[in-house]
Amino acid sequence: MRAFTRGLLGIAGFLALWELLGRSPLLPADSLPPPSVVFGELVTQLTSPSFLSHVVATVLAVLIAIVIAVAIAVPSGLVLGSVPAVRHATRAVIEFLRPIPSVALIPLALVMLGFGPETKITLAVYAALWPILFNTIYALDELDPLLVDTARVFGTGRFGVLFRVALPSALPFVLTGIRLAATTALIVMVSVELMAGSQIGLGYFIMEGRSGPGRMDQVLVGTVVAGAIGVLLNSGLERVRRRWVAW
Amino acid sequence: MTRFLQRWTVFAGLVAVWQLLGWLADDPFFPPPSAILAAAWEWWVLEPANFFDHVVPSVERLLGGWALASVIGVSLGLLLGRSDRAMEYAGPLLVFLRSIPPPALVPVFLLLFRGGTSMQLATIVFGVIWPVLLNSVDGARSVDVTKVDTSAVFQIPRWQWVLGVVLPAASPKIFAGLRVSLSLSLVLMVISELVGTDNGIGSQLMQAQREFDYTRMWAGIVLLGVLGYGLNTALLAVERRVLAWQPRSRDEQHA
Repeated sequence: MRAFTRGLLGIAGFLALWELLGRSPLLPADSLPPPSVVFGELVTQLTSPSFLSHVVATVLAVLIAIVIAVAIAVPSGLVLGSVPAVRHATRAVIEFLRPIPSVALIPLALVMLGFGPETKITLAVYAALWPILFNTIYALDELDPLLVDTARVFGTGRFGVLFRVALPSALPFVLTGIRLAATTALIVMVSVELMAGSQIGLGYFIMEGRSGPGRMDQVLVGTVVAGAIGVLLNSGLERVRRRWVAW
Repeated sequence: MTRFLQRWTVFAGLVAVWQLLGWLADDPFFPPPSAILAAAWEWWVLEPANFFDHVVPSVERLLGGWALASVIGVSLGLLLGRSDRAMEYAGPLLVFLRSIPPPALVPVFLLLFRGGTSMQLATIVFGVIWPVLLNSVDGARSVDVTKVDTSAVFQIPRWQWVLGVVLPAASPKIFAGLRVSLSLSLVLMVISELVGTDNGIGSQLMQAQREFDYTRMWAGIVLLGVLGYGLNTALLAVERRVLAWQPRSRDEQHA
């Protein structure tokens, strides 16, 4: 409990510093609204249906992207992790594709998929694939050979070993990969909304706040809410991992 | 050697297939690799000004932002990692700040720093500092108890304790963090250039898209891939050399 109080104190200190900075004449006026203003705006926005629909749009898109990424990355990871020949053969391709930042693909995706939600979901899937894929592969490497041999001795086939031995023991790693992927997916989602001019979503809300009269308080409200979604996703998935993979 | 052949054969095979399909389909969205290479050659080699005005500043910003974030992240991380009390104060705040998508702060930085290089550096630093910081905290916590006690008994000076005991013990974790943040720097460099300026690889990409010059757009994407691959390989080489005294980590086998 004391650690909790200290954490709150830390946050309070940060807010106080921000308030001081925001009100100080050192910064150009209105470039950094103090937290008191931002929280007032936050309360107003949280009761407005249009803001909530932006939030829902972003969260839904992130969840869809995670599900698609898991559906692609976990099976590929199992294949790459258990068949060394395939893994060596595809290594150069993967090593080359991975560092291409998903934001660099924005222009391409816009041209091919247009301005709808497909674009942002595709880009978020691309970014979320890698952590899940690599964690699945690593997990299979860490697999205890004793377990595999034991299962083999008892007459379990190759697929039996894969699904009844390898997958369960890899699950904690895979879930960690999914947690990392969720944060990445959120970041990519908001960036794409912000830059590619989608019609709905938190990023779009931030974009709108920035343009025209420049409502920096709205920009910061969007930012704070995006951060809160990130914290919730992260701690939610961590809890899932602790509860389901307690062995 | 056979492995080397194996993996580059598949890579070359895929490029060849793409080339064939590109020729056959003749789709303006998917130019064949030969056309992309030609465009890259024309764009950056035949007009060196393009290279020096756009590619070089981008790489400079990327490396500058990453270096700044690394210095701040490692020093703060080592401090926080050696004090449980400090971590209790800062922990929840760090969790929240880390979750903020850095691009969302681009408008704020634009106003605060009035555009330009400092705004881009701020975006990169804010975005990539977290993996370094959190890994340094983890690393600093993992110092062997025997080493802590031995240093205490010998009463070694403070700077020796930090540089000679804590830093080496934390370095494998720190390197892991550095690698993650290097690839993140590339992403944030592109993002900050898509909005903030009219120079850099990111802005050239956007411009190529606006002019419907898809071959150049592909050239930009390929350049970013090559850049990412090169930076990662370079850092791995450094890591192998610096951490040569460490028992070969399992991580390295996959790298």
